[in-house]
Amino acid sequence: MTVHTIDRADALAPNHELVIIGSGPAGLAAAVEAAAGGLAPLVLDEQAHPGGQMYHGITHCGPERLRILGPDYRRGLDLVRAFQASGAIHAPRALVWGLGPASQDGSGLQLGVSLGGRSRLLKANRVILATGAQERPMPVPGWTLPGVLTAGAGQIALKTSGLVPSGEVVLAGTGPLLYLLAHQLLLAGARVAAVLDTCDPARIPRALPHLPGFLGSPYLFRGLRLMARLRGSVRFHGHVTALEILGEDRVQGVRFRLGSRWREQPADVVLLHQGVVPNLNLAGSAGCALCWNESQRCFQPRLAATGESSLAGLAVAGDGAAVAGAAAAEVSGRMAALEALAALGRLPAAAVAGRRRTLARDLARLHRGRRFLDTLYLPPAAFRAPADDRTLVCRCEEITAGQVRAAIALGVPGPNQLKAFLRPGMGPCQGRLCALTLTEMIAAQTGASPAEIGLCRFRAPVKPLALGELAGLPATPEALLAVTGSTLPID
Amino acid sequence: MFRRIPETRGTLTFTFDGQPVQAAPGDSVAAALLQAGIRTFRTSVASGAPRGPHCLMGACFDCLLTIDGVANRQSCLVEVAEGMDVRSQHGARPVTEGVLP
Repeated sequence: MTVHTIDRADALAPNHELVIIGSGPAGLAAAVEAAAGGLAPLVLDEQAHPGGQMYHGITHCGPERLRILGPDYRRGLDLVRAFQASGAIHAPRALVWGLGPASQDGSGLQLGVSLGGRSRLLKANRVILATGAQERPMPVPGWTLPGVLTAGAGQIALKTSGLVPSGEVVLAGTGPLLYLLAHQLLLAGARVAAVLDTCDPARIPRALPHLPGFLGSPYLFRGLRLMARLRGSVRFHGHVTALEILGEDRVQGVRFRLGSRWREQPADVVLLHQGVVPNLNLAGSAGCALCWNESQRCFQPRLAATGESSLAGLAVAGDGAAVAGAAAAEVSGRMAALEALAALGRLPAAAVAGRRRTLARDLARLHRGRRFLDTLYLPPAAFRAPADDRTLVCRCEEITAGQVRAAIALGVPGPNQLKAFLRPGMGPCQGRLCALTLTEMIAAQTGASPAEIGLCRFRAPVKPLALGELAGLPATPEALLAVTGSTLPID
Repeated sequence: MFRRIPETRGTLTFTFDGQPVQAAPGDSVAAALLQAGIRTFRTSVASGAPRGPHCLMGACFDCLLTIDGVANRQSCLVEVAEGMDVRSQHGARPVTEGVLP
């Protein structure tokens, strides 16, 4: 068997038993499992090649990059090969811009898909949402200057194109990916001028009770070795409590506070990072119930143990369900596929139960130690709700922290009402880079919990879509009736 | 601002605002431009401030460019191709643009 590739919207079949959105670790594993169970799942992904952000570029990656990126990246090769040898249908470069129930009675799901400049509406009995995570925004003054990227962006540039930042490179923030990227950049021969670590040492006593869980994690030894190497080879400033990026038309330096003193450092490239959070635009717009995860300080879909969301037929797998890393994402993708096979009557109940137990055990093992990392590397409050009034909170509409705070002081109760005052979250990124910050700011100022405040509402289309594409959708009898008052085709 | 490790090599050519740029097969338009030393891709719609790629994963919409005549494409999600015509964007698009005379 080989994967069947589709590159035109009109080549997409209108009805599917299982659609998988995303081809990162969770989506690929789900596709392989589902295909092994006899389904031909349709895998839709925005990228040109399978792998997601985790295994970005792996289909055309040479030995030098594999060396730099290490074993966690290399394991993606097996997964991508298994996918390519599966009976799945792959539609790369496809944007899923809408998702929801297909009918009033709640049976089946409908998807809006854009591919090659045309859109189609598809129906599916089951959908697995495997859209992964994105980096938590790290709003500081100057973070919109050209030359300021995220650490994830720095890693993607390395994965896809073998790019290494040059000149004075500064990494700032906190979390495992930041340190890993610093290490990889050094291996690739980059000059890392400084790592500005915003991790708060006061978190250590809070994280310690979770240490026993982490002792069994494969990341413990590797993490310790990596940190030791890093501290030995780059200028590592611990406990940075404030950060500002300097420059007129591009980044020229950083200014940061250590204790009571400010320091400056020239910079040509700044890479920011403070953890990853589930990507929720599609789940939210579909109407999935979301919940607040206090230990990771983010929202995530409210799911049953099987990965099933509040929307019938829709499961969420991988980091888009709950951030736990690539290996756990793979297992949760397999679990979601197993549930789909069971629901579609493709597997006998006895086979499902046994496999479910094995996967649940694997998942529990991979979650071990997560709580320790989450607690230790929780970004400090001043970086989640920016302290400096000049900071642009909404990058698209260019709204500052000062403006947002003034509006909250007027009694604005939530992010949806903030839109009416200032438009944050209403630009093209649709809140991806500000929604969480807005909730954190309202929480910090009003004392309410983020769980009560909620997230700004996400709506379809989840990415901007040309009107012509919507207008060009094949007209259904219902649509004709709504517009013309008759179901007769228009000449 | 970014350099290539020796393993990847620019073997195809596209244009950015009319100037030739070398790219490697598999590069996104955004990555190819960063490697060519171009960091400002557009000026913002609200204030006209310079902007360039931030997330490279399709979330931030700061790498928007006009590619082969289609405006506002996320250049981090578009694979570069030989002869591609890529143009920077400046502020908000005027409402008259693309309207037939």
